[in-house]
Amino acid sequence: MGAIAINPVSKRSEIDRDECVECYQCYRGMSQEHLNPTLVRAMRTALSWFRMRFEPEPDVCPTAAFEPEDLIWPRNVRRAFSDVTATHESTGIHGRGTEEVKTNDVTGRVKPGQAGFVVEFGRPSVGVRFRDIERMTRALAAARAAFEHNNPVTHLMVDRDTGALNPEILDEKVLSAIVEFVVPVERVEEMLDVIEDVAPRLKTVVAVGVGAVCDEEGRSPVEPILARRGYPIIRGKTNLGLGRATNRVPTPQREEVGVAS
Amino acid sequence: MTNTLHRFGPKEDFQDDYILFAMCTRGKNDEGAPEKLRRFLEICAAHHPVNMGDGREGGIHRPSRDLNPTVHWRRADDGSYRKVIEGVTEPTTVAAVFDNLQSLEACLKEVKAADLGLSINIAAVTDDANECSLKAGIRRHAVEYSLGFLGDTSLLPEANTMSLSTMCGHGMVSHAFAQKMIDWVKTGRRSPKECARYMSRFCVCGIFNSLRAERLLARASGVRG
Repeated sequence: MGAIAINPVSKRSEIDRDECVECYQCYRGMSQEHLNPTLVRAMRTALSWFRMRFEPEPDVCPTAAFEPEDLIWPRNVRRAFSDVTATHESTGIHGRGTEEVKTNDVTGRVKPGQAGFVVEFGRPSVGVRFRDIERMTRALAAARAAFEHNNPVTHLMVDRDTGALNPEILDEKVLSAIVEFVVPVERVEEMLDVIEDVAPRLKTVVAVGVGAVCDEEGRSPVEPILARRGYPIIRGKTNLGLGRATNRVPTPQREEVGVAS
Repeated sequence: MTNTLHRFGPKEDFQDDYILFAMCTRGKNDEGAPEKLRRFLEICAAHHPVNMGDGREGGIHRPSRDLNPTVHWRRADDGSYRKVIEGVTEPTTVAAVFDNLQSLEACLKEVKAADLGLSINIAAVTDDANECSLKAGIRRHAVEYSLGFLGDTSLLPEANTMSLSTMCGHGMVSHAFAQKMIDWVKTGRRSPKECARYMSRFCVCGIFNSLRAERLLARASGVRG
């Protein structure tokens, strides 16, 4: 995000709170040394007089300077969508989306003859404000996309028929957010038309995935459609179908397990 | 989340990148899941994956909260499969990254024989994944394709940086950091292996392929890996 930079006046690192998406990587991802900050600054200053600079390990924070803070609404949605390890307190959903087709052998969420769309905004590593996400959800809703119930973005909609998001969060920036919906395979091209029309007008990038259940020969019904439209059908996720319900008393599925899949 | 789906690069750049992962579904097959997930990882570990991890605790290489200044000159290689396996104590997603199709295939045969009842997925070139699963006697259930990136792609960095940063699908390896690592290798400040290790520590799920990263860093920098 580039949210952390040295202020040329104070010569101290500062966090741009508007750009910060609360991913907590500065706190969790950096190793720490717990050195005395005054000592570290003095050494750096002294070296700078000689136009020299210490080149430390780039993933180490020498003074353990970062501390997490308690976030309140609406800023806490930033962490919910940006911190891989966070649970969605603001949306009531664990994880950052459903498990798409990854657990489809157990859940049967996407049925034969259907296609599951996973539209991820802000990825890779660009970030997105909910205002841009809403532009797409409104367009998809107008095209009668049925949004996935167990998805955090869906839970932030105030009107699922129009795709309108809670206005209080529209200016909040997150690392990425996923919109999911399932349509009949015959409507895949129509949905791609909508996404291709809206995406270029957004101030971010959009990563799109489309999944479907394979037939008896192991063929995916969406592959020829995607190939015809010129999409790269090179890489993807293959669910091998080895999963099954094994609990002694299976319970109706309300939400997916998973924090970082 | 789709953390393994959108890795960037041409098809030939994924010949050393195969991710096998397992997960359960709440209320369906999560009873006894930690034990099954640990078993899955033990099978994977026997086939020497490049990286391995669980979505809650991290990969083989993790940040440390208690270093001292000597690490800037001498840093211990403290990663181990055992640490990852023993860290799985509750239902989560676990993954292993292989650098060759033969290891994946051998591992897959054992995973199938173990009959864990978990959802097992391969994130890789889909043709390779299909071929591998057929050899293991498995007909695939479903496929999800990555269609790449749309929108304002002028916000994205150049290809080498993208190939590195997208190996953490959660975006925990920033473009700026990946670019910095290329520059450091290019200017001889660190080796490709060291830079790959730095980036790997930021990946919370353990799906960052540090071997592929070494190769990409060396290529981008014009040095031998």
